[in-house]
Amino acid sequence: MSVIATVTEKNTASLEGKAQMDKSSAFDMQSHADMKAYETIGKPFVKNSKMSARNVNVFYGEKQAILDVSLDIGRNEVLAMIGPSGCGKSTFLRTLNRMNDIIPICEVRGEITLDGEDIYESDQDTVMLRARVGMVFQKPNPFPKSIYENVAYGPRIHGLAHSTAEMDEIVESSLRRAGLFEEVKDQLDKPGTGLSGGQQQRLCIARAIAVSPEVILMDEPCSALDPIATARIEELIDELKENYTIAIVTHSMQQAARVSQRTAYFHLGKLIEVGDTKEIFTMPRHQLTENYITGRFG
Amino acid sequence: MNSMNESSRSSTTIAIQASLKKRYARERRFQWYGRIAVLTGFVFLFILLADIVVKGTPAFTQHFIKLDIDFNAQEMGVGQTPSTGELAAADYSAVVKSSLREMFPDAKGRSEKKALYRLISIRAEYTLRDMVLENPALIGTRAEVWLLAHSEAGSYLKGQVDPATPESDRRVKDMQIAWLDTLAQAGRTESRFNTTFFLSGDSREPELAGIKAALYGSFYTLLVTFCLAFPIGVMAAIYLEEFAPRNRLTDLIEININNLAAVPSIVFGLLGLAVFINFFELPRSAPLVGGIVLSLMTLPTIIITSRAAIQAVSPSIHEAALGVGASKLQTVFHHVLPVAMPGVLTGSIIGMAQALGETAPLLMIGMVAFIMDVPAGVTDPSTVLPVQIYLWADSPERGFTEKTSAAIMVLMAFLILMNGLAVYLRKRFELK
Repeated sequence: MSVIATVTEKNTASLEGKAQMDKSSAFDMQSHADMKAYETIGKPFVKNSKMSARNVNVFYGEKQAILDVSLDIGRNEVLAMIGPSGCGKSTFLRTLNRMNDIIPICEVRGEITLDGEDIYESDQDTVMLRARVGMVFQKPNPFPKSIYENVAYGPRIHGLAHSTAEMDEIVESSLRRAGLFEEVKDQLDKPGTGLSGGQQQRLCIARAIAVSPEVILMDEPCSALDPIATARIEELIDELKENYTIAIVTHSMQQAARVSQRTAYFHLGKLIEVGDTKEIFTMPRHQLTENYITGRFG
Repeated sequence: MNSMNESSRSSTTIAIQASLKKRYARERRFQWYGRIAVLTGFVFLFILLADIVVKGTPAFTQHFIKLDIDFNAQEMGVGQTPSTGELAAADYSAVVKSSLREMFPDAKGRSEKKALYRLISIRAEYTLRDMVLENPALIGTRAEVWLLAHSEAGSYLKGQVDPATPESDRRVKDMQIAWLDTLAQAGRTESRFNTTFFLSGDSREPELAGIKAALYGSFYTLLVTFCLAFPIGVMAAIYLEEFAPRNRLTDLIEININNLAAVPSIVFGLLGLAVFINFFELPRSAPLVGGIVLSLMTLPTIIITSRAAIQAVSPSIHEAALGVGASKLQTVFHHVLPVAMPGVLTGSIIGMAQALGETAPLLMIGMVAFIMDVPAGVTDPSTVLPVQIYLWADSPERGFTEKTSAAIMVLMAFLILMNGLAVYLRKRFELK
C-alpha cells in the first residue's frame, strides 16, 4: 500500500477516524493497548509556543481518533504533520480551531491553548477563535461569489474595514501576499470558482489571511494541485511564516521537508515522533517514522 | 503470442460476441419501453388538452344581435322629460321586447313570444339603461343597438346546435333557429371577443358569467398562502437542517412533516373549518382562511424541498465560511441559502402551483359559495378558480360547459406561467 501516492484521501475527518479503525489490523507493528501507553519520541514542546496541545484525545462517538497527543506549535514556525491516511493528523489540525465542533458526534478532551488561553473553555467564542486561527482546506473551496467578495467577506463580517477604500486595500494586499493579485487584478468581479485549481487555492489563502489571523492551518493544501501550482503555494508558505504561525498537514514528504521547520509524525491517532524537520528526515529515531519516510510502508 | 493464448482469446471473443447481441437487444427493448411510456403520456395529455381547448375556445367569443330600439317613453313607463331616477328605474326590457315583436310579428302565442324574448340576454336592459343615462336625449328616438345574445341563441350562432336533431332534444327551438337565421342573413349578428368572461364575476346566466371574481379570489388566497407558507417553510427548513440537534425529537418532526405531505387535502379543509372558522371565528368563505388552510397544505412541500436544497449545498462552503470566522447564522444566510435558493424557490413555486389548483379544502371552508362580486380584500367572501370550475361543471346550463373548459384553460395558463417562473428563477440563480 503506497501511502505517499495517496492524494485523494477523504477530506472529512469522520471518515479519517473510521479509516483509522479499519486499518489498525493492517499495521501489526504494535497493539492498540501498547499505543495508548506510548510516549512521543523527540521534542514535542518548544519554549516560545503559539499554540500548545496537552493530552488531547478526540473521539468520534465510540471510536477514538486521537490518542493522548501533546504538541506545541512555535511562534512563526511552520509545523508539518505527516503520517499515513487515517492517522488522525487532519483531525488534530481541526481541533486547533474547533472545526470539529460542526461534527455532532465528535468529542475533544484535553487542553489546547492559544497564547496561553484554553480554546475549549466554555466562554471561548468559536467565531473569535476562527478569526485568529484561519484555515485552508484540502480542496480549494472559494465561495461561489466574485474574487473580490471572496477576500472581502471575512474582513466585512468582522468589521475590519471602515470604508470601501480600506476594503479595497485589504483585498489587494491579501491577494498580493497570496501571490495572486497580478493574475486576477483585472477580473476581481469574476466568480472565484472560475479560476484554476492552483489559483483557487491561493484565493483561499488570500481569504484566510485577509482577516489577519495569527495562525494558519493548512489541511493538505496542495493535494489537488499540479506540481507547478504546488511550488507556488510552497513558496507562499515560506513567505507567510514571517508573519504567521503555520501548521500544515501533508502527504508529501518532500513538501514537509521543504516548507517546515518542525515535523510531527502521526500513526494510528498517536503522535509517534516530533522534532526538527532535518533530524526527522535524516535520522528518524522510531522505526515507524523511518518506514514511513523511506516509503517502506504496507 | 502462442497458439494456446490465441485460441483462448478467440473463444473469449466468441463468448462476448454471443452475449453482446443479447445485451444490445435488451438495451434496445428497454429504450422502446421508455419511448412507448413517454408516448402514452403524451397521447393522453394531448387528448386532454385538445378536448379542453376545443370545448373552451368558443367561450372566448360572444354573439351580439343588432336591434332597432325605439326608445318610447310611454313603453318605458316614464314621462316625456324624465328625471335621472326615473330613467334608472325605467322598464327597458319592454322596448327590447317590442323591438323583437316588431321584427318578428309571426310570434303569436305566449310561449312563442317568450321564446322570442329569449334570444336576447337580460344584460340588454342594463346596456340600454346605461346608454340612456349617458344620453337622455335618446328618449323618443330610434337607434340601432348591438345587444348581447342569450347564451342559447349564442350557442346556435356559434354552430354548437345541430338543427337536424329532434326539436325536443335541444334547448334552441325551431322557431328560434328560423329567427336567428333571419337575423344572421340580415347581417344583424356579430361575433366579438368575450370581454365579459374576464371582466365580470359569476352569474346564473352563462353569457354573463366571468372569472374575474374567481381570479381575484385566487390571487388573494395565494397571496396569503405565500406570505405564510414561504417564510415559515424556509425558516423551518433552515432550522431543521442547520441548527436543530439530531435527536429523537427532530426525527419525529421529520417523520411528521413527511406524513403531513401525504395527508389528503380535504383534511386540511376540515381543520380550517374547525379551528379557524369555528374556534377563531374568522370570516367564512374568505381568502384569509383559504390562504391559511392552503399554506398548511403546502408547508410540508416547501419544507421538504427546501431541506433537500439546503442539504445539497456542498459542506466545503460551510467549512469555508466557518473557517474565516463566520457565525452559523452568517454562514447560512450569506453562503448556504444563496446557493440553495434555486431549489428553495422551485419547491415553493411548485407548492404554490399546487395551492392554486386545490379545491377540496376550500369547499370545506365555504369558498364554494355563489359569489358575483369581485372581492376587495382577503376578508371578503370569494371563490377561487378551481372552485369556480367545479361550480360551472356542476351547472346544468349548456352555456357553462364551454365556460368550464375556458376557465380550465385560464387556470392552466397560470400554472404554466408559475412553472415557467420557477424554471426562470432557477436558471437565473444558477448563473450567479
